[in-house]
Amino acid sequence: MENVKSQENKQYRIALRNSGLIDPGDISDYIAFRGYEALGKVLTEMEPAEVAKMVKESGLRGRGGGGFPTGLKWEFTLKAPGDEKYLICNADEGDPGAFMDRSILEGDPHSLLEAMVIGGYATGANNGVIYIRAEYPLAIKRLQVAIDQAREMGFLGKDIFGSGFDFDLYLKLGAGAFVCGEETSLIQSVEGKRGEPTKKPPFPSESGYMGKPTTVNNVETFAAVPPIILNGPEWFQGIGTETSKGTKVFALAGDINNVGLVEVTMGTTLREIIFDIGGGIPGGAKFKAVQTGGPSGGVITELDLDTPIDYESLKNIGSMMGSGGMIVMDDSTCMVNIAKFFLEFTQDESCGKCTSCRVGTMRMYEILEKITNGEGTEQDLINLNDLARSVKDTALCGLGQTAPNPVLSTMNYYKHEYEDHVYNKKCTAGSCKALLSYSIDPEKCIGCTACLKVCPTNCIDGKAKEVHVIREDECIACNACFEACKFDAVIKP
Amino acid sequence: MQKQHEQLKTNDFVELPKEHYEELETYISGVKDKEGSLIHILHKAQEIFGYLPKEVQLFVSRQVGIPAAKVYGVVSFYSFFTQKPVGKHKISVCMGTACFVKKAEKILDAFAAELGINKGETTEDMLFTLRDVRCVGACGLAPVVFVGDNVHGHVAVEDVKDIIQQYRKGDE
Repeated sequence: MENVKSQENKQYRIALRNSGLIDPGDISDYIAFRGYEALGKVLTEMEPAEVAKMVKESGLRGRGGGGFPTGLKWEFTLKAPGDEKYLICNADEGDPGAFMDRSILEGDPHSLLEAMVIGGYATGANNGVIYIRAEYPLAIKRLQVAIDQAREMGFLGKDIFGSGFDFDLYLKLGAGAFVCGEETSLIQSVEGKRGEPTKKPPFPSESGYMGKPTTVNNVETFAAVPPIILNGPEWFQGIGTETSKGTKVFALAGDINNVGLVEVTMGTTLREIIFDIGGGIPGGAKFKAVQTGGPSGGVITELDLDTPIDYESLKNIGSMMGSGGMIVMDDSTCMVNIAKFFLEFTQDESCGKCTSCRVGTMRMYEILEKITNGEGTEQDLINLNDLARSVKDTALCGLGQTAPNPVLSTMNYYKHEYEDHVYNKKCTAGSCKALLSYSIDPEKCIGCTACLKVCPTNCIDGKAKEVHVIREDECIACNACFEACKFDAVIKP
Repeated sequence: MQKQHEQLKTNDFVELPKEHYEELETYISGVKDKEGSLIHILHKAQEIFGYLPKEVQLFVSRQVGIPAAKVYGVVSFYSFFTQKPVGKHKISVCMGTACFVKKAEKILDAFAAELGINKGETTEDMLFTLRDVRCVGACGLAPVVFVGDNVHGHVAVEDVKDIIQQYRKGDE
């Protein structure tokens, strides 16, 4: 995957420190970059509780989106009674528009393995599982190679570094279910079952995989662990904002010039990421919104672009950190349609276990479909808002509780677009087909017949050098005339 | 997006190659934690048979020693598993957010029109299956289309015909 190379100065690589620099298929490359040194230090010089404490002091928080302090999670599992414990890596990167974990898995798999052995030691687990999406075949292959190499070198298996500590790892494949990113669903899926969430408590740190104390961490979280051990918690503490330490990788995509991964310190502003590192919007189009947090997040408008990014600030402006997808949208994107897109996703991925998510997301999707088809009423807007709030309050797991966020956030910031769709039957972005009505500006039309020739339904009347007219009832809103006109005479919507 | 809720019919029975069953049996017998590895076993079964019809699900249930309903529950839950035979070339149009913003819907429509099938369906000659898929993590190439394991990036509506032709030709 390409990384954004320009403006390196604004970036700070911790999780992606080796990606693209080393050969992921060769363990000696990783070792040459201080690989497995942190593991050696942990196993020969430190007690498990000290490791967990060090990670806690560093301020590292879960990079999968939740933002729970990692060291604290490790302490819970370490303190939980029982001698059989598990450590799971969540590599089920299901958030659409996010590929940070993929880059680490494919580009630097050993950093994950090393961190997992450290995590195993710190939580008292002797077995680890990497739960990975079946959609990432290359990552699966490279991880398997890395695991085999690490076993051969003695970094996995019995008596690692002669410390008496045993730890081994294996891969478990997902099979395409977004809800499996939720830790309790993920554990069900690792057990070979349907990935339906279970209620918390009990938390996985008390009763997780096979009913044993289990820690679940995200790939990017693990990737930050070895540098913390090597450089000390104070170093990591010194990077970022008051509440969020270190760096975060974002996957920049959508209507942006430099598409790819960026790793920036917490506290960088969205404007810096989009315009300085990302190079702005292509084709001179106007910035409209940026979406973070995937189907669980919300849209951020121009007004909030100077917000320094951290877990809390993004929540305050109605979105969330999420796993790091950052989709930039220009003014040709309709916000009602974007909300519908995410709801289609969540209603389809809803596992069906709890009613509010199963039925609620479906009803919200239906209302949005009605609105984008130009059949929405005032009551629909009220119902949509009510429904969104009740699903948020009553769903069982994170998927359902956050599914209404795209609706709530677009309704909050782009209320006028919803109202335009409902009252004026207009989609200003020009993307809701049912609401498009094309016409020709008689002032601008020179009668060149270009639109006439491309119209697939022959619904444009006119002769050469006469002003053309579109017969709206036969128009299928295919946009061909709009694209063909060189004089900007075709008006939409 | 392709969660299948179609019922397993009781009276139609598909005859599948014996050696495929043998291959699957060998694989299953080598698995230690059979029940916990159900998803792995189903991945393998789909790799061998191409899809997971009722017969294969029943076979897995007997081999693993769990009720067929449980196997069906897992098969129907995950979008990666399919219970219908698929075409020789699987065309997967990515519907991740980045591709969506880059108008992937139009690409999907163009494939559907060109092949004369809807998403989730297979052409009569069993050559192409058209699906929309979840984010494949190749957002830099949006809109992106996979045909089998081949990646087609920055696809435009005009390219659709050529892409299909390319694979048609390859088969002649």
